[in-house]
Amino acid sequence: MSPLLRVESLGKSYGARLGCAEVSFDLWPGEVLGIVGESGSGKSTLLGCLAGHLAADSGRILYRGRDTRAMSEPERRMLARTEWAFVHQNPRDGLRMGVSAGGNVGERLMAVGARNYGQIRAAATDWLGRVEIAATRIDDRPRQFSGGMQQRLQIARNLVTGPRLVFMDEPTGGLDVSVQARLLDLLRGLVRDMGLSVVIVTHDLAVARLLADRLMVMKDGHVIEQGLTDQVLDDPQAAYTQLLVSSVLQV
Amino acid sequence: MTARATRKARPERPAMSEDYNFAYLDEDTKRMIRRALLKGIAIPGYQVPFASREMPMPYGWGTGGVQVTAACLVPEDRLKVIDQGADDTTNAVSIRRFFERTAGVATTTRTREATLIQTRHRIPEEPLREGQILVYQVPIPEPLRFLEPRESETRRMHALEDYGLMHVKLYEDIARHGEIATSYAYPVRVAGRHVMDPSPIPKFDNPKLSGNAAIQLFGAGREQRIYAVPPWTQVVSLDFEDHPFTPSKADAACDLCGAAGSYLDEVITDDAGSRMFVCSDTDYCTTRQAEGHRGRLNREEVA
Ligand SMILES: Nc1ncnc2c1ncn2[C@@H]1O[C@H](COP(=O)(O)OP(=O)(O)OP(=O)(O)O)[C@@H](O)[C@H]1O
Ligand SMILES: [Mg+2]
Repeated sequence: MSPLLRVESLGKSYGARLGCAEVSFDLWPGEVLGIVGESGSGKSTLLGCLAGHLAADSGRILYRGRDTRAMSEPERRMLARTEWAFVHQNPRDGLRMGVSAGGNVGERLMAVGARNYGQIRAAATDWLGRVEIAATRIDDRPRQFSGGMQQRLQIARNLVTGPRLVFMDEPTGGLDVSVQARLLDLLRGLVRDMGLSVVIVTHDLAVARLLADRLMVMKDGHVIEQGLTDQVLDDPQAAYTQLLVSSVLQV
Repeated sequence: MTARATRKARPERPAMSEDYNFAYLDEDTKRMIRRALLKGIAIPGYQVPFASREMPMPYGWGTGGVQVTAACLVPEDRLKVIDQGADDTTNAVSIRRFFERTAGVATTTRTREATLIQTRHRIPEEPLREGQILVYQVPIPEPLRFLEPRESETRRMHALEDYGLMHVKLYEDIARHGEIATSYAYPVRVAGRHVMDPSPIPKFDNPKLSGNAAIQLFGAGREQRIYAVPPWTQVVSLDFEDHPFTPSKADAACDLCGAAGSYLDEVITDDAGSRMFVCSDTDYCTTRQAEGHRGRLNREEVA
């Protein structure tokens, strides 16, 4: 087996300010990798580079053996709407607020050439069900949904084309604890059922523990520790990780 | 700049044709517009930016179309101007007068006699022929605008042929109204590549865009965009397999000329709400009547 995603010495700066540097890891098919670290440690920068939203300065990103940094923009966009998905922290960044729930879910299908209204609608209905949104809400706009529903809609919109690799930036941030728990359950089920590979950014170690097979801890743009989730959380090696874990356990 | 290019209109004096360059715009501006037109012809359906000039009329009057017309006119041209199919509306009359005065060109209301036709909201019923130019006035050139307001993003969508969003608009139509309710400015794909807004013509006219013998030019003044459909270009109206495009019109015949296949306007004829249908293309209708065709409310004149 070969890794789905191989990252080698990835770096990105914003002028003089460091975003992330010398990041290397492999992501295997069906694996969930959590990225944790304090605010400003470079998590979103790394995720943005991986997904092609940001242009990295150095290093290589090999997706199924192909260097995505060397791809043309059309090739990368095609990947982004077929094999990849991106779930934003704020559903407003990932949804079209002026378009119905059904249209939001159907967009990716139409983007890859679906031209049968009945089939698009059936797929949208099916996906709303899978994220626990009643089929009767299919023609409502996202504004009429609660925050948790909006986030579930964003997930349906992303997964409808059956991607292999999903990037998530704090998908449960900004939600009530009970709503968070339900969303995490749902995500865990979908990841398992669809065999998704996931890179998920979170500063919530409880979320990391629940979803991630492996963890990467970032500080000041660098990866300071990585390993199996239980190992990292139960037996942290780096002093900073120890601090991070202990401060969370105190909460 | 040449001396001719710097010569300006002087609005404070009664307008006289000698005060203007031929067709009002200076030669440099016309050359700039022609370059944009050529680029538009070379890339059918692609929106070419151009430096739109102030024209002595409000934007709503089709300054984009007027500039394109000015850049194309030659002294031998015979100009026709229509607004919603009619030659005699204020808008059409003003634009026709404008070019009579500034270019001294001949004008006509007959589609078949015109060499250049400027139009707002219609394509003439009579098939156009090679050598004719049809200039459309365009209010909003970007077909993706209503769903994606960011210009940088719509430009990228065009560049990458990322047109899923256009079908989202049609999907929303069907979800809300049970059918594709868009009946004007119905989006089309030109030459299998660019998605284009055909300006607010009724969708009934869409089939005439395709395989047309004439050169079709589109000018948006306020938005500073020009685009084009060269002769004999394939233009396809977007749709779904199970909701195919239909070029609908009122299910009636013209009450004046009896035409069953032309686009009709509904006219209220009295306070009691009596209605009649008449061809929106006035030249088509009068030509047919002159040929002896009669409609439902026009019979007595036969005798
Ligand atoms: N657009 C930008 N321009 C300049 N600097 C930026 C930009 N985006 C991020 N940075 C800087 O890069 C560093 C990493 O930021 P990043 O957003 O990746 O952190 P993060 O780990 O996602 O933080 P958070 O948990 O707060 O979301 C920070 O120092 C940040 O200030
Ligand atoms: Mg972040």
